[in-house]
Amino acid sequence: MERVLVGLKRVVDYNVRVRIRSDGSGVETDGVKMSINPFDEIALEEALRMKERGEANEVVVVSIGGSECQQQLRTGLAMGADRAILVETAESVNPLTGARIFLELIKREAAELVLLGKQAIDDDNNQTGQMLAALWGRPQATFASRIELNGSTAKVTREVDVGLETIEVDLPAVITTDLRLNEPRYVKLPDIMKAKKKPLDQIPVADLAVESAASITAVTFEPPEQRQKGIIVKDVAELVAALKDKGLV
Amino acid sequence: MSKILVIAEHDGSSLNLSTAKCIACATKLADAKIDVAVFAEDGTDIANEAAQLDSVSKVLLVDSPSNRYPLAAIIAPQLVAMADGYSHLLGPSTTFGKDLMPRVAALLGVNQISDVMTVLGTHKFKRPIYAGNAILTVEAPDDRPVVATVRTASFSAVGSGNSAIVEQVSLDADIPDHTRFVELQAGQSDRPDLQTATKVVSGGRALGSSENFDIIFKLADALGAGVGASRAAVDAGYVANEMQVGQTGKIIAPDLYIAIGISGAIQHLTGIKDAGTIVAINKDEDAPIFEVADLGIVGDLFQIVPELEKAIGS
Repeated sequence: MERVLVGLKRVVDYNVRVRIRSDGSGVETDGVKMSINPFDEIALEEALRMKERGEANEVVVVSIGGSECQQQLRTGLAMGADRAILVETAESVNPLTGARIFLELIKREAAELVLLGKQAIDDDNNQTGQMLAALWGRPQATFASRIELNGSTAKVTREVDVGLETIEVDLPAVITTDLRLNEPRYVKLPDIMKAKKKPLDQIPVADLAVESAASITAVTFEPPEQRQKGIIVKDVAELVAALKDKGLV
Repeated sequence: MSKILVIAEHDGSSLNLSTAKCIACATKLADAKIDVAVFAEDGTDIANEAAQLDSVSKVLLVDSPSNRYPLAAIIAPQLVAMADGYSHLLGPSTTFGKDLMPRVAALLGVNQISDVMTVLGTHKFKRPIYAGNAILTVEAPDDRPVVATVRTASFSAVGSGNSAIVEQVSLDADIPDHTRFVELQAGQSDRPDLQTATKVVSGGRALGSSENFDIIFKLADALGAGVGASRAAVDAGYVANEMQVGQTGKIIAPDLYIAIGISGAIQHLTGIKDAGTIVAINKDEDAPIFEVADLGIVGDLFQIVPELEKAIGS
């Protein structure tokens, strides 16, 4: 196929322990390490492998957000993507609006496959890929742990609650990635230098003339209730006695 | 009045417990009238099962060969054709609901509320974000339908004993043929289902091999428990992926959870924080799992677990 689009969302790095701002207005992001959403990194790795196998000619990475997202796009280019598109907006973008933006890019780029992470690790919505497939009127294969392209179709194994489900979809399609699909490559220093010369287009969101969808309003953020630390028992007999006490064994 | 449509989850022959939990969430909405939609092939038994659940007004059965497998692309347009007049569409936050509901929301032109854990009003809910490290209160616009997935571990299933009407429905919807089911490899197990078991025993990387994991299965069998695993144990190939407990695996709320050789990464803790009693067995006394465990033993799991199995069996 000619072109694969991959979404890269800029999120708080997964190793950061997030803190709620004291006024409950959000999660502290000032001075916090930001990275590519790990599921999106897996999506990009899969697209790059498709290209290396000769199944795709071009891999285009896309991000939606402020100019700071260039950082994640440059990382994507260093991993091996051919070019990048940043849809610039100062507003936070909800999943449905994000899907509408992607749909416009699909039309512009004549993409035949869109690979996205199954969810972003910040808002944990798990919506954008499914929404994009719906608006596009095309198949979705979510939570992919294996993808096999066969010309005009793809066979995708999905991680579902009861095990592994395999479906076959016609292309074009949207596929969202789960953790066990692959292990993303590390970026090497020369690739970072090369990535600086690769094209990164910036498109103001207004140019795409996408209608914004009504947001679900975030009212307050709070820390989760903590479980209380219990007791350490000295041996199995004491443990069994405690469990019997609670009527659990 | 809230007019709610709950989307039933089933395996082709019987209803998944997630359906009764979604209904429990729906009952928290003020003045709720609750219908259940069943998309199935030969689904009469499933529909009858749904009709027995408390608080259900009506079961709408869409019985068709195209509904044999739970494919989002095929169910979504049918659900949209049925959505008119409902203020809320609820599905479970299982892989079935997570796959289906956003597709429905997009077709209806609304954003979705994912993983509802608390109902604060007809349009106001709490949901976890950042892998459960923050709880967000959200409000949906009240001039359009609410599409939401329900975090099943946050709700206790409604009882059964009801006898709601079952109505066969035929819909005018375009069913696409671009998505086809190939196969399902389901883990074969006689043990209680991980998501609904009242007791769960989980093993972690410290087990060291899939052979060693056997002691986890033996303890589980002595307890009549389901078996889970940490992501590290699944990634190491000790057990199958559907056994993973945690943010990226299954989120569970058993009465008793025993974590063996699991350090307690935050993503694992997210999956068990609604458990009744948490027991931790680990050789590292500084392991984070002890911060959330009600009962802990520090020591060698290969010695403690067989001893525990024997003590319970006797």
